Amino acid sequence: MDFATLLQVLDSTVRLATPLLLACLAGLYSERAGIFDIGLEGKMLAAAFFSAAIAAITGDVWMGLGAGILASLALSVLHGLASITFRGNQLISGVAINFLAAGLTVLIAQDWFSQGGRTPSLIGAGRFEGITLPGAEELAGVPVIGPIYAELISGHSILVYLAFAMVPLTWWLLYRTRFGLRLRAVGEAPEAVDTAGVSVVGLRFVAVGICGVLCGIAGAYLATALQAGFVKDMTAGRGFIALAALIFAKWRPWYALYACLLFGLLQAVALRYQNIDLGVFVVPVQVMDALPYILTVVILAGFVGKAIPPRAGGEPYVKER
Amino acid sequence: MDKMPGWADAVLVPLISLLLAALLSALVIIGIGEDPIAAFKLMVDGALMRSSGWGYTLYYATNFIFTGLAVAVAFHARLFNIGGEGQAMIGGLGVALACLYIPWPNWYVALVGATVSAAIFGALWALIPAYLQAKRGSHIVITTIMFNFIAAAVLNYVLVNLLRPQGAMDPATAKFPEATHLPTFQDMFSTAETAMFRGAPANVTFFLAIAMCFVVWLLIWRTKLGYEIRAFGQSESAAKYAGISPVKITIVAMLISGGLAGMMALNTTMGEAERLVMNATEGAGFIGIAVALMGRSHPLGVLLAALLFGFLYQGGAELALWTNIPRELIVVIQALVILFTGALDNMVRMPLEKLFLASRRKA
Repeated sequence: MDFATLLQVLDSTVRLATPLLLACLAGLYSERAGIFDIGLEGKMLAAAFFSAAIAAITGDVWMGLGAGILASLALSVLHGLASITFRGNQLISGVAINFLAAGLTVLIAQDWFSQGGRTPSLIGAGRFEGITLPGAEELAGVPVIGPIYAELISGHSILVYLAFAMVPLTWWLLYRTRFGLRLRAVGEAPEAVDTAGVSVVGLRFVAVGICGVLCGIAGAYLATALQAGFVKDMTAGRGFIALAALIFAKWRPWYALYACLLFGLLQAVALRYQNIDLGVFVVPVQVMDALPYILTVVILAGFVGKAIPPRAGGEPYVKER
Repeated sequence: MDKMPGWADAVLVPLISLLLAALLSALVIIGIGEDPIAAFKLMVDGALMRSSGWGYTLYYATNFIFTGLAVAVAFHARLFNIGGEGQAMIGGLGVALACLYIPWPNWYVALVGATVSAAIFGALWALIPAYLQAKRGSHIVITTIMFNFIAAAVLNYVLVNLLRPQGAMDPATAKFPEATHLPTFQDMFSTAETAMFRGAPANVTFFLAIAMCFVVWLLIWRTKLGYEIRAFGQSESAAKYAGISPVKITIVAMLISGGLAGMMALNTTMGEAERLVMNATEGAGFIGIAVALMGRSHPLGVLLAALLFGFLYQGGAELALWTNIPRELIVVIQALVILFTGALDNMVRMPLEKLFLASRRKA
């Protein structure tokens, strides 16, 4: 493999890791606050559809992004209502949200556009275009560093940079602010937070809300930056890969970045090479598809470091009387 | 003291949840500019008014009975088996291998053999998540989700690289031999004068599904193992104190659950397609969740809920055929049923409990 091919694979890794990273961080906020969320997939899907649909109608991708975030946020509120207010089963609520999004997006797409459950292709200002960072063209001639800067670092859409910036921001928010301390506490020992006079319900709703916003951006990225428009089931399991990455990262922001880059790399390699001939034996493409899930099961099994979820995760909080 | 009488818990709560789901679905249909009453009529006509419609309704219901029972058995042990889809896929592999490589003399011997094979394959696919939950404390919901995706990759590999006949393009096995073809309802119930269930895929596995409802009822409420499963589901610490091994119950309940999910493949693979195709499960593994929730994890409830979903599936296909309402409407209804009977259960239950308490105080 030559240097140019390597750069291309890494470039596509960054593009494919971005939606995973946004969704993974979204899940991180929610699960750190004690609300399990297996509805990441559905929220992304809903956001993907509404962002593409509104961008196609208005011709303005920013309006699309806003609509995507609102759609995702609406599902988050539903999840919060079911799992926080009515103390229902968070996992079942997540399953319901995934199906709700899978069904409604196609239903509405068919009603609005009559194109068999897809939106029209986005053109011009309806899409997020790549941004050329300052100096990228001038440096492109410099050996090694030039191409890396011009191809790999420059030229992505604004949402990619936003996603990567979210990692240190999330770290800072979680570990260096009062809000972050409370957020983590509410996922470990909500009774302690309650005793301190902070609203458990309020904190958890804020966390679920942040989760909704990030999932909304992830979905909008899929439909308006990575691809040009919405197609049925376009998230294709990314919400679950993000969930896998979250476990792989043991619910920590920097590790989430590494896990998402790893899973993004697997997707990029599978996309480019199909079957990989290692000389001794051939790795079939299906192994690359399944690898994120297999790795997650191995991590969950605790044979390679133990993944321990937030202690109060999945449990509705009932005030003692 | 119970806040509500038993019948209200078993019948009233699911019924109100179902009504809410139906009401919202009707709003969705109005939202996309169609008439919900006309749509419902069309669904009833297509699914229940002709014997071939019933043939499809019962065919879909057969799938949902198996997967619903699978989820229900796991629910009794307070395990959420979301992996029915993957277990059914691997169960399909078991059916295909049994049908293709063992020379069966006739269909009923073949059915017994394929049933055992499907159940074993499905159960084994549930074994690893069960073991990891029991021994290593890995959350079974996450591991079974992961195993759904791994199952899809495994099946894809096996169909493309190993079982696909030479020269064939689509990822599917060869047609099963004649001796393994199961009798359909058309074969069983048609007389010389009138053809019944013409062209419908419902087949003899429907009766197997009914039998499994009874077997699961016996297991859960009439055996020691069933008692242990329920005790473990009610309170793990109490069960432990009573000498019930959590490891054993977790693994056994998941094996039974996986086996039942695997048996679903008999209907689609051996009964209908007569070969194993990539998408043989058609999402039935997930519908099992809605069916088990609505049926309150009781085999009779599962049977009724499966029939309802069979009706919705066949009716939805009719809608997609004759109106502008796509099949995905069923996915929305399924989501609403899961939401109301599962996650928002308390929203329906709390006001009802208050109502019953108030009426009792008056009396």
